[in-house]
Amino acid sequence: MSAATDIPVIAVRGLTKSFEGRKVVSDLDLTVNRGQIYGFLGPNGSGKTTTIRMLCGLLTPDGGSGTCLGYDIRKQAEAIKRQVGYMTQKFGLYEDLTIRENLTFVARVYGLDRVKARVDQALERLGLDERACQLAGKLSGGWKQRLALAACILHEPKLLLLDEPTAGVDPKARRDFWDQIHTLAHEGLTVLVSTHYMDEAERCHEILYIAYGKLLARGTVPAVIAAAHLSAWSVEPIRGDGTEIAALSRQLQQRDGVDMVAPFGAVLHVCGRDEAALDAATRDERIDPRYRWSRVAPSLEDVFIDLMGRSQDNFQ
Amino acid sequence: MNLFSFSRFAAVFMKEFVQMRRDRITFGMMIGVPLMQLVLFGYAINSDPKHLPAALVMGENSVFARSIVSAIEQTDYFRLRPAPITEREADWLLKTGEIQFAITIPPHFSDDLVRGRRPALAVEADATDPVATVNAVSALINLDRTALQHDLKGPLAHLAPNPTPFELRIQRRYNEEGISQYNVVPGLIGVVLTMTMIMMTGLAMTRERERGTMENLLAMPVRPLEVMLGKIVPFIFVGYVQVAIILLAAKFLFQVPFEGSLTILSLAAILFIAANLAVGFTFSTLATNQLQAMQLSVFFFLPSLLLSGFMFPFRGMPQWAQWVGETLPLSHFLRIIRGVLLKGNGWVEIWPELWPILLFMLLVSALALLRYRRTLD
Ligand SMILES: Nc1ncnc2c1ncn2[C@@H]1O[C@H](COP(=O)(O)OP(=O)(O)O)[C@@H](O)[C@H]1O
Ligand SMILES: [Mg+2]
Repeated sequence: MSAATDIPVIAVRGLTKSFEGRKVVSDLDLTVNRGQIYGFLGPNGSGKTTTIRMLCGLLTPDGGSGTCLGYDIRKQAEAIKRQVGYMTQKFGLYEDLTIRENLTFVARVYGLDRVKARVDQALERLGLDERACQLAGKLSGGWKQRLALAACILHEPKLLLLDEPTAGVDPKARRDFWDQIHTLAHEGLTVLVSTHYMDEAERCHEILYIAYGKLLARGTVPAVIAAAHLSAWSVEPIRGDGTEIAALSRQLQQRDGVDMVAPFGAVLHVCGRDEAALDAATRDERIDPRYRWSRVAPSLEDVFIDLMGRSQDNFQ
Repeated sequence: MNLFSFSRFAAVFMKEFVQMRRDRITFGMMIGVPLMQLVLFGYAINSDPKHLPAALVMGENSVFARSIVSAIEQTDYFRLRPAPITEREADWLLKTGEIQFAITIPPHFSDDLVRGRRPALAVEADATDPVATVNAVSALINLDRTALQHDLKGPLAHLAPNPTPFELRIQRRYNEEGISQYNVVPGLIGVVLTMTMIMMTGLAMTRERERGTMENLLAMPVRPLEVMLGKIVPFIFVGYVQVAIILLAAKFLFQVPFEGSLTILSLAAILFIAANLAVGFTFSTLATNQLQAMQLSVFFFLPSLLLSGFMFPFRGMPQWAQWVGETLPLSHFLRIIRGVLLKGNGWVEIWPELWPILLFMLLVSALALLRYRRTLD
């Protein structure tokens, strides 16, 4: 690691924001290092968008302070805007302009030189050159998202904030998009990307999990899984039509020691935070000949569902 | 399947009602617009204006002159300036529109009268708005017959009627034939500009917000003044094209006179366009959706139409309505455009109407920039 990567790109402490008296982000500490891809995960309404908006000066935090790219998030929003590429959750470019017109507009607003050359370069980089004259409104989700990314990187930002960039985009386009993000990260960009997809989370260097405005877990995927101290069983029905697996799911959910039961197709995942308690709670069912029980490593999704359930308990 | 289900109808009905109530501005407008119309039509508008400002040019100060003056005052149509003025002053005041009538009692009036030479009492009326003066003028019709009834007694009784002892010479200035198009067509420029300019820019920011492009715009380093000017300036061209179209129509279809300078008119029109665009932009920062922006435009347009002197004579309105009218840029622009086209007014004459528009524009722009939020809070 070079010295430059040790200087955090984002360093905020105690970030808090309320809407109509309800805390949407509460006391959030966040450090993000250079050149890394951070996955920002959490259920809907957990405050991801709000946090991102505070980081780039679009919302004023009620409490907390910190820096983004070395600039104060409260006082230097203008400077931050110049060096951040922010891709909004909803498509934010003009549907009645063509791809080229949109990019030209963005380039001019940022006051860039060589507008045409830069726009051409961005079009080529994202494979948009053949569609340059199409209206943005006529594009499919995947192409819109490419255009939005092209608009974000036009001014060569140091930090990309991407808010659910791949929502509603097909798997192929998602994969291409992530390849782009990795290329950009190799070039030294830092990326904070919010997502609901587990496979995307696994492509991040680090993940940040937020629920009800609180940062609940962070680290590499294996580290987050390990830190959850979750034990998991996978239950597979040997015979039967699957109705009894649903009944089993309902039964197990009631038990102390079982923290989470989730079906994955025909298979049931049963997790608990206390291994001994989980094993004790499921002793009778584990010898039921209708099912095959096997111990599995908990998946990231198990961990998230468990974290969400736990924070909900704290929240109430 | 029944053709009409009451519960389905009720479901739609209830939903609409709830949605209507949620949109505060729309709801307010539905109450506010009829109330405003009621007040404006009911109280403010009067097409029989009285107490019109007039000034006297007294060539002599005699018993007869004083009798005539008091007869004029008794018609109730004239509010005479306390001090008499010179002919030059009268000309200026008519041009700037400060008075609507100049009444001249010539020198040697009594002398000529007594000798039976039928002197002329000259009444000059500003006829740019013929409607505003018509009743006042007809109130003067019998003045020559009645004004001196009490004075012409005894030895002078033979001067009484037939023919009248003096001549009443009424001169309609700036619009001799009292053609109402001369007044309406130039005024239409102001009305059209007010309506279209405010509506166009009213949608400017709300459209960004409704289409979800606002957040992206705010995330970029563009400043409020840049956004505002960028959104306003294109419409200055649109507005100017409208001005050109109506001016051409005025000249070739309605033969409206072009007394003054086209340059002065153009520059004044651009200022007026800019003022309206600033209003529209302010509305678009207040409204949360395009419907609200439209309604705010109507809310501004209605009093502009009714209280500016376009539809009804300005001086026919009660004092409070005139004060409201004075704050509207359209009132001033109407005086400017009628002044330039019909009276041939120049910079000096229109300045008193120009600076209020300028001030209005600056205040409204300041408000717009204050209201423009650079964050999403
Ligand atoms: N401008 C706002 N006014 C009021 N409430 C808001 C506003 N923005 C977000 N919220 C609320 O804050 C919560 C968090 O929203 P958000 O940050 O968008 O969550 P996420 O992006 O994680 O789904 C939600 O409950 C949302 O309704
Ligand atoms: Mg969001």
